[in-house]
Amino acid sequence: MIYSSIGYYSLIFGLCVSLPIFFFAIKNFKNDEILDSKIIGFSFIQLILVVVSFLGLIISFVISDFSNETVYNNSHTTKPLFYKISGTWGNHEGSLLLWLLVLSLFIFIFLLKSKKLLKNYRILTVLFQQVIIIGFFIFLLDSSNPFNHVFPTPTEGLGLNPILQDPALAIHPPMLYLGYVGSSIIFSSVLAATSLNYISNTWATHIKQWVLISWIFLTLGILLGSIWAYYELGWGGFWFWDPVENVSLMPWLALTTLLHCVLVLEKRSVLKSWVIILSITTFTLSMCGTFLVRSGILNSVHTFANDPERGLFILSFLFVLIFISLFVFFVFHKSDKEEIISFSLFSKETSILINNWLMMYFLSVVLIGTVYPIFLDVISSEQISVGPPFYHKLIIPFLIPFLIFMAVGPQLRWIKSTTLEGKKYLIFFLIVSFVISFLIIKNFGNNLLINTVLIGSALYLFFITVRDFFKKRLQSFSQNLAHFGFSLLILSILFNNIFSNEVITNLKVGESFKNDNFTIEFNDLRKFEESNYISFKGYFLIDDNNSLEKLEPELRVYNQPNIITSEADIKITFLSDKFITMNTVQNEEYFNIRYQVKPFMLWIWISVLLIAVGGFMSLFKRKIL
Amino acid sequence: MYGRKVKLRFFFILLIISVLVLSVFLVLKSLEENVVYFKSPSEIKVVGELNTKKIRIGGMVKKGSINMSTDEVNFIITDFKNEINVTYSGLVPNLFSEGKGVVAEGFLKDRNFFEASKILAKHDENYMPPEVKAALEKK
Repeated sequence: MIYSSIGYYSLIFGLCVSLPIFFFAIKNFKNDEILDSKIIGFSFIQLILVVVSFLGLIISFVISDFSNETVYNNSHTTKPLFYKISGTWGNHEGSLLLWLLVLSLFIFIFLLKSKKLLKNYRILTVLFQQVIIIGFFIFLLDSSNPFNHVFPTPTEGLGLNPILQDPALAIHPPMLYLGYVGSSIIFSSVLAATSLNYISNTWATHIKQWVLISWIFLTLGILLGSIWAYYELGWGGFWFWDPVENVSLMPWLALTTLLHCVLVLEKRSVLKSWVIILSITTFTLSMCGTFLVRSGILNSVHTFANDPERGLFILSFLFVLIFISLFVFFVFHKSDKEEIISFSLFSKETSILINNWLMMYFLSVVLIGTVYPIFLDVISSEQISVGPPFYHKLIIPFLIPFLIFMAVGPQLRWIKSTTLEGKKYLIFFLIVSFVISFLIIKNFGNNLLINTVLIGSALYLFFITVRDFFKKRLQSFSQNLAHFGFSLLILSILFNNIFSNEVITNLKVGESFKNDNFTIEFNDLRKFEESNYISFKGYFLIDDNNSLEKLEPELRVYNQPNIITSEADIKITFLSDKFITMNTVQNEEYFNIRYQVKPFMLWIWISVLLIAVGGFMSLFKRKIL
Repeated sequence: MYGRKVKLRFFFILLIISVLVLSVFLVLKSLEENVVYFKSPSEIKVVGELNTKKIRIGGMVKKGSINMSTDEVNFIITDFKNEINVTYSGLVPNLFSEGKGVVAEGFLKDRNFFEASKILAKHDENYMPPEVKAALEKK
């Protein structure tokens, strides 16, 4: 009760603090030489108030204060402490409060870290960021207040959806939000820099840090979500091209492109328009991500019950921001004339540019696939869904040049490398990769042509990056590591697709299933009582002609809310995962069993991790080397 | 007549435009081939010709209609007006049960018989697919 009130009032005070920030910023903008420390002071006060508010909500969750509507809707006394805390951001209101927290945290860090830069640039960035912060304050207080009262106070809460009670998913939203919100700083900063015509090499070096930070968090956030979907949803896949997944992939693609543009800007002072537009795009897509997931517009397998009216606010807010940014872009940005001329065909920046176009193409494909169903529903009330074949068909062919340019690009120089002297290894590796790939596919796979070329190009990137680890050693190590990770990712995904094996069958206890590859015995079913659920454990013995494996998938019947979930049992090895799930059907003795052998699953996770580590090392490059 | 640079730029712009047109064409064509339409049992009763394309059917699982054997699950999807028999061999989601909403994806054999290749899982028992809600509201 008391903690909710503290939280609520610190939110209101937090909003009020924006006023003096605006006042001093505008005053400071015209007059002085150095930044008024009052701006930093008030930003700090605002941050503290939001932190207090967030802590108020966390404490309300921890002590199970059901007079708070958010707590009542999303918590329960029997829930373990860890999930009580993670329940704070496992819902709409709490997650928005987290957004706000990160927004004010980042602008404060920005102020501390940008001391060497132009005063007016810093002030304008703060102002733009304040516009976003105020928008979120109003949104929170007006339509998604996390501190609403319930009267009379209920004695027990409704509970958190059990499939969200999971360690990976507890930290998935904060990670993702750090990535999303990090793009807000880039957005504000780009607008400020454009208005002051301050976009330059120095600025690029400074903003690169922020791009890297959000990129790393976004990558890790997506990774965690994907791992969670893999073991919790029981389908044994890691990516389903589901709209909710797509909305996190789109900012990632934009951010990755932006990262490369910023690198070019830093070295060559070109691609300014790219940087501006991509920064705006990234933030817009991040906001859209929040909007689409929370509004209930998307028909997704991940959608949880939600409220469409809130979507309207985010949407109109988004339009205001887009309007402001387009205004700034068209009024203040003057394009440099020499930009167009100074590209030669064989240079690092050309290959980056080509891959940027390819990434923009991937982005548009994902965007169309995600938005088209909504669009069609609005204009013709015809309901459709766009499935994985759409994405595969349109993205896979273009991955081939993408991978090749990714391999060749870093080998070229900036500005111009006309001679291919000493670059014969490029052709040598290309031939070797295609031969190896041909041999692999010929022996095992189907779809000879496309798979050969695809695996060939991925192998090519793989070999070239491995060679660089030895040749270049520590020079551009981070970039090389990220590219190496990407080649590993594509290879693991391809092998995973080609060599996967699965059986779906219905079995009673004591029965067994047999085919050419393996025998599945369903030996026993036992019941266990846990604190907030009852568990039914199935005991399976799997014989795949080489080895015997015991697997024990579980069915959990949660008490509050009353939901059945199935917990997969996964035997993870270096080369492949064995994955089994069991499901029950009402009033039937049969259990629905799905057994899968998924090769290289572990490598998919490791490779994404390597990509993120690459970014991380780039962030601390100067400190390490 | 024109300088080399102008020609080069003209060529470059032409290239970009043709690539754009080509990719838009590809995207639209692929979209047309790969979208899955959503129908309710009542809509299926009135379709003129049976399309061989993949579709989704949504509605409620009729009470007492689930029937399971070793290799398949049979049940009936109803929108309380019309119903359709579904046969399915695959993974059944946790929230699949009699009297609850369901969306099945697959191919129509005839107007009364649907062969599903996928049954969609939903995370939340209070959640009803917007499509099912709309279909149920239509009646």
